[in-house]
Amino acid sequence: MSKQINIVTSTAVPLNIENVDTDQIIPARFLKATSRDGFGKNLFRDWRYEQDDETKPKKDFVLNDPTYKGTILVAAKNFGCGSSREHAAWAIKDAGYDVVVSSFFADIFKNNALNNFLLPVTTSEEFLQKIFTAVESDPATEIEVNLPEQVIRIKSTGEQESFDINSYKKTCLLNGYDDIDFLLSIKPEIEQFEKDPIH
Amino acid sequence: MTLFEKIWDKHVVKTIDGGPSVFYIDTHFIHEVTSPQAFNGLNARGIKVFRPKQVVATADHNVPTLNQHLPIKEELSRLQVEALKKNCAEHGIELYGLGHPYQGIVHVIGPELGFTQPGMTMVCGDSHTSTHGAFGSIAFGIGTSEVEMVLATQCLMQSKPKLMRINVEGTLNEGVVSKDIVLYILSKISASGATGYAVEFAGSAIRALSMEARMTICNMSIEMGARCGMIAPDETTFEYVKGRKFAPQGKEWEEKLAYWKTLYTDKDAKFDAEVNIDAADIEPMITYGTNPGMGVGVTGHVPALNEIDEKEKPSFQKAIGYMGLEAGANIKGTKVDYVFIGSCTNSRIEDLRMVASFVKGKHKAKDVEVWIVPGSKQVEKQAIEEGIDKIFEEAGFMLRQPGCSACLGMNEDKIPAGKYCISTSNRNFEGRQGPNARTFLASPLTAALAAITGEVGDIREELKFKSQN
Repeated sequence: MSKQINIVTSTAVPLNIENVDTDQIIPARFLKATSRDGFGKNLFRDWRYEQDDETKPKKDFVLNDPTYKGTILVAAKNFGCGSSREHAAWAIKDAGYDVVVSSFFADIFKNNALNNFLLPVTTSEEFLQKIFTAVESDPATEIEVNLPEQVIRIKSTGEQESFDINSYKKTCLLNGYDDIDFLLSIKPEIEQFEKDPIH
Repeated sequence: MTLFEKIWDKHVVKTIDGGPSVFYIDTHFIHEVTSPQAFNGLNARGIKVFRPKQVVATADHNVPTLNQHLPIKEELSRLQVEALKKNCAEHGIELYGLGHPYQGIVHVIGPELGFTQPGMTMVCGDSHTSTHGAFGSIAFGIGTSEVEMVLATQCLMQSKPKLMRINVEGTLNEGVVSKDIVLYILSKISASGATGYAVEFAGSAIRALSMEARMTICNMSIEMGARCGMIAPDETTFEYVKGRKFAPQGKEWEEKLAYWKTLYTDKDAKFDAEVNIDAADIEPMITYGTNPGMGVGVTGHVPALNEIDEKEKPSFQKAIGYMGLEAGANIKGTKVDYVFIGSCTNSRIEDLRMVASFVKGKHKAKDVEVWIVPGSKQVEKQAIEEGIDKIFEEAGFMLRQPGCSACLGMNEDKIPAGKYCISTSNRNFEGRQGPNARTFLASPLTAALAAITGEVGDIREELKFKSQN
């Protein structure tokens, strides 16, 4: 897993479905592993295959369409709702994506993605539609996600929009830091805090 | 100040400039599915759990609900449960695992053992951790990386959410229970209507609810996208907590109680959003689609195509196509194949009593299979003591053993492809209860009625009939 994000330029896979929940991203029956690896092969399992059979891919599902490739997944609003399973972020990252773009992310999924160096980029609904239109009309369309500048750009048209990310998380992603390193470094302050009478 | 802010402020260790806060967690619940990778992370860093006494563990998501005394047949499930046992032993964490008289669904055992108390911050690697907010605590679900953070430091990096209050005023109609309230709210504000918010549920209809009924509402606040849901503690709350196994006692109880009584939203406090609901407008509810926001009253119909926004049509059609329902069709009278009464939403003793009081002396419909899965060993024990198990047996219902079961179909309790299940759980997502299974979410009463008649019906007609005879 790449533990840093900077500028990602890639073609994109358009998943134009709203309210994609984490049960679709990775169904519960695949959560039995005790390691973080290998979830990519079951990404969107029940949307990808008929009757849970890997030899029967559903032709109309976009991840089975060889026309679309890339490390950027573009999804309609409210992506990642439902269960808190981090396995959803692991599966997307394991399947080779570095960025997920949507107009709206569920809270827990967004945190899980950030903790796994999978960048969730929130755009306006209008800009998201522009991306879908550009990618669906020409699958070779490249999207550039520039984290240092916080800008997402459709390369062929030059249209762009800035996106928000808090400065702490941005620093983490650019430098490959994680929250645990940071929290461990301030343990004396946490111990001091615990002496407060309410605890 | 709001209730949320009062608790939040007391738990901020420090705030990073332009970033999140270091947020202290009082109680951390863990279970077998979302914790193993976190323990692997600690082991790789060569560190131990920071505050093992503040961690409570149980096995629930992946356990069988029959023959729990036997070794788990399915190998991966068994390995996961064994990994939890080993991790808890190595790190000094108390485990209420299979075979323990307190084992059960994490969000059922926390409150019933008195771990859940007002004013606390609580997390678990499970989105329905919002349940514990019913006690006036900040409780929310986290991912496994965050589980690792809390195990390592008892803290998380958190940004303060926006605040929403949902006021439910008035008196509920007969046959309408707390599950209907929350499904009604969801149908009004949608499955993403509270994303980015911490939600406080308030109003006379909420105050009138028991603790178990309040838990059902807070449990489903995640289905609106909310970071957490909460209800200010009051006498009902204190009465429930008092005397429980791990509740404060003696002088400590008096001190805590005095503090808990300060936990309410001040009159002049401001929210970023408010929603007002009239309790009298709420009918027994049922969902027709594939997210919990797609619900209507049982006498209602699946929306007709002209009632749906042009932009929403593809998602709507995908959902009702999956459910095998027609746009505009009545829901009442739809046949069901399975009835599941269980999950962290509705598997407590009051839920089982509610079902038993309706089905007593009746028998299930011929082609319907009915699974009752109690939320914990203690709920199971109490049901047996009260003779509820006999009522279920006579009705042809199967009383199974505690666990998450068919709510998420992670163990073998799956609904077969294409079959309809009326379920007291919290999610009707595609494939949630098994690949291609179709879920109707409803209250325990509405589910009990379907168990007897074999179809979706209106419990109010039954109750009316009963009161006239």
